[in-house]
Amino acid sequence: MCETCGCGDPHMVPVEIQDRILSVNDRQAAHNREHFAAHGVLAINLMGSPGSGKTAVLEATARAFAGRARLGAIAGDLETERDADRLRAAGIPAHAITTGSACHLDAEMVHRALHHDSLHGANLLFVENVGNLVCPAVYDLGQAFNVVALSVTEGEDKPLKYPVMFRKADLVLLTKMDLLPYLDIQIAALEDALARVMPRPAVFQVSARSGAGMDRWFAWLEGQVAAIGPPNPSQTGHRHNPG
Amino acid sequence: MHEYSLMVALMERVEQEAASRRAVAVHRVRVRIGELSGVEPELLESAFSIVRDRTICEKAVLEITRVPAQWECSRCQSPLKAGDLLQCAACGAPARLARGGEMLLEQLEMEVP
Repeated sequence: MCETCGCGDPHMVPVEIQDRILSVNDRQAAHNREHFAAHGVLAINLMGSPGSGKTAVLEATARAFAGRARLGAIAGDLETERDADRLRAAGIPAHAITTGSACHLDAEMVHRALHHDSLHGANLLFVENVGNLVCPAVYDLGQAFNVVALSVTEGEDKPLKYPVMFRKADLVLLTKMDLLPYLDIQIAALEDALARVMPRPAVFQVSARSGAGMDRWFAWLEGQVAAIGPPNPSQTGHRHNPG
Repeated sequence: MHEYSLMVALMERVEQEAASRRAVAVHRVRVRIGELSGVEPELLESAFSIVRDRTICEKAVLEITRVPAQWECSRCQSPLKAGDLLQCAACGAPARLARGGEMLLEQLEMEVP
């Protein structure tokens, strides 16, 4: 009721909120993170442009880690299961998320995928995000690390053009290094660009095709898997995997 | 375009707040968007104009405060200039984003009976 005259007119009230627009996603991401900690899973959010070599890096990683770590992958794409098929062929149990028109994965999609049988028992889980240098950077999935695949064919100015993605990156894999002799890209200029958008620049130069530089990536992964330690069931919320 | 899905998340929150106060309409939605949040204010506005149809926000104004990015040294807090290397020129420590990464729902103005 109107406080001035009691006429019954509605009145306007300001309501302070001050909360993240993506607070629902953030809560789901926190839940995923607890799940990963409880099960001793290292989760890597692998992002990059379409065609930057994300799947090729994971195929090579699967071959290198065969018998040494229990890998799993969630592959996000607008359409088709092609990436998941390629990963399964390389020996990684993989679950595809087809997003339809959505340009990114969010924490809820990853959570639903975690309930999938094929991911049971993995201790090194890759989330291969939708190929896109913009939208995936906005959504926390509960990962331990953001890794961005940037191919040398994309040019040295991409970090400056897509600063949000590289600000969120913990590690950049500079892929397709075997193509360097055929390109004009200046690696020093690319590294300078990265240092202007990424506070702690970390770049590994790799070629999934020739294998050059991949050992450094594998050693980094091994170090992070070791640092995660054994499962900590006290952190668990509920079981995601049967069995 | 993730601004549309952001706007759907935002509208769900606004509708919850409005319902909990039995509001009959929301007249203003104030958000704060950082330059390095990954959100394009113009796209957020066009998403709002689509999503608000036939909701409690039908007559609402979306007010966006844009926050420029400001990096500073993580140790000595010296500000960096836009485009600088993200390492403190004075002490060598990595920079951190002091402002400009946020994506906040700040305030609503709603009509209550």
